[in-house]
Amino acid sequence: MAKNSARDIEVTAFATHQIITQPNPLRKVLRRVDEKDRDDDPVARAEQALASLSGEFKAWMTTEVNRLSAAYVAIRNDGFTKERRDELFHAAHDIKGDAVTFGYPAAAGIAESLCRVIEHAPDLERVPAELFTHHINAILAIVHENTKLDSISVSAELSRRLRKVADDYLTQVNRDRPEHLEVILAPSIAPAE
Amino acid sequence: MFRIDFNKLRFLVCDDNPHMRRILRTLLHSFGAREVYEAEDGATALEMYSHYVPDIVITDWAMPIFDGLELAQMIRQPESKGNPYAPIIMLTGHSEKRRVTVARDAGVTEFLAKPISAKGLYQRILNVVANPRPFIKTKTYFGPDRRRNTNSAYMGPERRVGEKHEVLQQPSLLDKARSTI
Repeated sequence: MAKNSARDIEVTAFATHQIITQPNPLRKVLRRVDEKDRDDDPVARAEQALASLSGEFKAWMTTEVNRLSAAYVAIRNDGFTKERRDELFHAAHDIKGDAVTFGYPAAAGIAESLCRVIEHAPDLERVPAELFTHHINAILAIVHENTKLDSISVSAELSRRLRKVADDYLTQVNRDRPEHLEVILAPSIAPAE
Repeated sequence: MFRIDFNKLRFLVCDDNPHMRRILRTLLHSFGAREVYEAEDGATALEMYSHYVPDIVITDWAMPIFDGLELAQMIRQPESKGNPYAPIIMLTGHSEKRRVTVARDAGVTEFLAKPISAKGLYQRILNVVANPRPFIKTKTYFGPDRRRNTNSAYMGPERRVGEKHEVLQQPSLLDKARSTI
């Protein structure tokens, strides 16, 4: 269904480009909703389905943080390689993306801060080890040791402080790298919590 | 008011994280979708794209083998035997402005920054179904029209010439990525 036949595709050529138009191949899946069907809200249904998964979120989050911890242990033991750096970044990046959904918003903030360190530090070997360990230990503490911690201001404050320490470090070490500074100082486009 | 018949749509979901795939599958099924194919890396996704010919692709950015950005670039091959026009929704933990621009320039149709929400995903799907954009082919780009407004003073290297109608009334990908839905 997704593809129109070649004869339906109209190409208009200009000096520098072509504009390609075609009938909407997905138009058949749109339907007008009757008054009686308006109560059937697909978004509400999906939110309910997502909520039904929430019993598994703690276990999923544990898997994610254990992966992060293992990635850093490998680096601490054997140093940075591209593969180890990528694994640490991906583990942190997944937590950044998933942790809010799983109910750990402060862990997401800390993981984002860690991602920024990994992405923008000019030389990862010279990053103070404490910067990594404080981020990772904070995420581990939030998830492993006290689930309630994330619901109170302590974890949010911890996240803010770690972000400030990381940003101060990144600003300092990137003072001669304006393209990184611009990204570090730019606001996030992520939806507000 | 319009709704989507999700049971007529075929989705390809590409994310290396099994938890996120499970969440996406749950959301899409609860919207009403029946056909949801899953890949855990870009290479597998490309194979599945050719085989299943999905209507909509939802992909993560950071993945092994090749990533979501490369997947988008490989789908957007105008001379390919497959379908180079399928809507691509980039669902990613990346949340920097420059990432949206890079994704847009790879031919991504919609950008959805994590954390995921049912509403945000539904709105992106509704938008690609109800408001498809024309495709543009230049020497360096093939994909949905990237322009969202007219700037007659623009004289940069990618200035297009030869058109009378230049206005596309729609919010920019960045504005939509910033929105909370």
